[in-house]
Amino acid sequence: MNKDMTYSGVMSRKNEIMKNAIGIDYGIFESGTIGFDYEKMMRETGYTLEEMQKIQYSTGVGKTPVLELRNLTELSRKLAPKGKGARIFIKDEAANPSGSFKARRAANAVYHAKKLGYKGVIAATSGNYGAAVASQAAMAGLKCIIVQECYDSKGVGQPEIIEKARKCEALGAEVLQLSVGPELFYKFLTLLEETDYFNASLYTPFGIAGVETLGYELAMEFREREGKDPDVIVCSNAGGGNLTGTARGLIKAGAQSQIVAASVNLKGLHMASDSQFNKKSFTTSHTGFGMPFATWPDRSDVPRSAARPLRYMDRYVTVNQGEVFYITEALASLEGLEKGPAGNTALAAAFSIAQEMNENEIIVVQETEYTGAGKHIQPQLSFARDNGIDIRFGNPQDEIPGESIIFPEHPSLIKAVDFDMDKLRKSLIKNAIAQFPDVVISDSDLEFLAKETKTSIEFVKSALDGINKI
Amino acid sequence: MAKKNDWVLIHKIILSPNERAPQVPEDTKQVPLEMWVKGYLKDNEAEIGDEVTIITRTKREEIGKLLEVNPTYNHGFGKFIPELLKISEQVREITFGGDLDE
Repeated sequence: MNKDMTYSGVMSRKNEIMKNAIGIDYGIFESGTIGFDYEKMMRETGYTLEEMQKIQYSTGVGKTPVLELRNLTELSRKLAPKGKGARIFIKDEAANPSGSFKARRAANAVYHAKKLGYKGVIAATSGNYGAAVASQAAMAGLKCIIVQECYDSKGVGQPEIIEKARKCEALGAEVLQLSVGPELFYKFLTLLEETDYFNASLYTPFGIAGVETLGYELAMEFREREGKDPDVIVCSNAGGGNLTGTARGLIKAGAQSQIVAASVNLKGLHMASDSQFNKKSFTTSHTGFGMPFATWPDRSDVPRSAARPLRYMDRYVTVNQGEVFYITEALASLEGLEKGPAGNTALAAAFSIAQEMNENEIIVVQETEYTGAGKHIQPQLSFARDNGIDIRFGNPQDEIPGESIIFPEHPSLIKAVDFDMDKLRKSLIKNAIAQFPDVVISDSDLEFLAKETKTSIEFVKSALDGINKI
Repeated sequence: MAKKNDWVLIHKIILSPNERAPQVPEDTKQVPLEMWVKGYLKDNEAEIGDEVTIITRTKREEIGKLLEVNPTYNHGFGKFIPELLKISEQVREITFGGDLDE
């Protein structure tokens, strides 16, 4: 029998394909209405912290060094009011086998795929996760396919994404490079159907749980080193898995650090637009992913995403492209650490937030990423300049994504800008109920939404009131 | 000319403009969804531009237009951005003060 391979035909088989490719029946966690049992999903399909550590340490993942950025701290204190300027630390996740924290997510996903008897793994990603899956698959002796959104309709690709394709291929993976558009998911589904490989989604319970070890390590390391937990932890935020996993690991360690999300402000750029694709200079950690995934986690490639950042987020700040490039150069020049720019989104934010904090407090940036040809600030800025982006010094707050990149004239102009958390929370509530327009909202749904937004039933009720749902 | 088992890059249209998903923006709807993939040439021989079959690293077959034999990575560090040097000088100046050599 010939299967219907049209876009709508393949999409209509989505649930069936996904079930075969992940081995999770999400139905058992569903309530039939808005709520679902998130903790049960994490418990029954994930791994214990101890199991994850064993899996990761056996593949050289984790136990990455924590570095104190003394000179960058010194610079921030020169700009801060007297007595202000927290100590800035970074967890050097670039030291993982594939060059980023994504190795933690991939280690678990690939281990799980192998345990279930899959012959190969497939991941849809243009980012560091591709290299991470390829690296882990190489170690496990599994086949690996990475599907990337890479080129615009003129065949021009972001240097950073092209470098990631090279790295995946170097690690033995097959790489499919696609032009711009959400139908990448269509090709992804046809591949799963054709190969019967495992869907190494970024958003499965084991993928997210893989990051818990990072949060746990942080708490343990700081207790040993400084005798206390970090006061603030800043996570670069895109799909939300980094923040969710880190926060869950900290909670498992009993830490109560404040969790801050940071994204590059790409306001006004449409992520699925062919003509705007190469106008951005960040391929991840930006608001184009960060905001929609925070307010609607289940837009991901699994029925219920395990990355639910608003459950754990205390604060969400944005920084501009020019600020992140500036801080990346400062990290190299003051600390002797050359790292990829995407991981430095949180560092730019931390540099600003540290100046609000007392000198004896600790702020931690929980990841770095590898750098090299294509994946370095130099080629990304060169690419931007070739694409007509106006690159200059000035006030980064004047930057217009897609038109300009403005380096701060002076580091005192680096300012993390707070996004209204309640607006995000209300947006999540609105999106959640929009999925079930005819359902009468129950008490357990209210409870679920309160947990989803880290608020109270009263907050959810008043938000629903605002959209005439109660 | 490419020979059987050469490592090659091919190009293929996955969805033509009229097959694109309803939710894509207007500019994206005007163009096809394209794919580039590498593999070993299955045909005995082929010229650039021919429609060929390849065997990928996971032993799958893909059909598309032959673009390149032994496809090369051309990405590098781009053109020099002098502003980065200015940033480097500035942060050292503010942090350590004065001329570093003094």
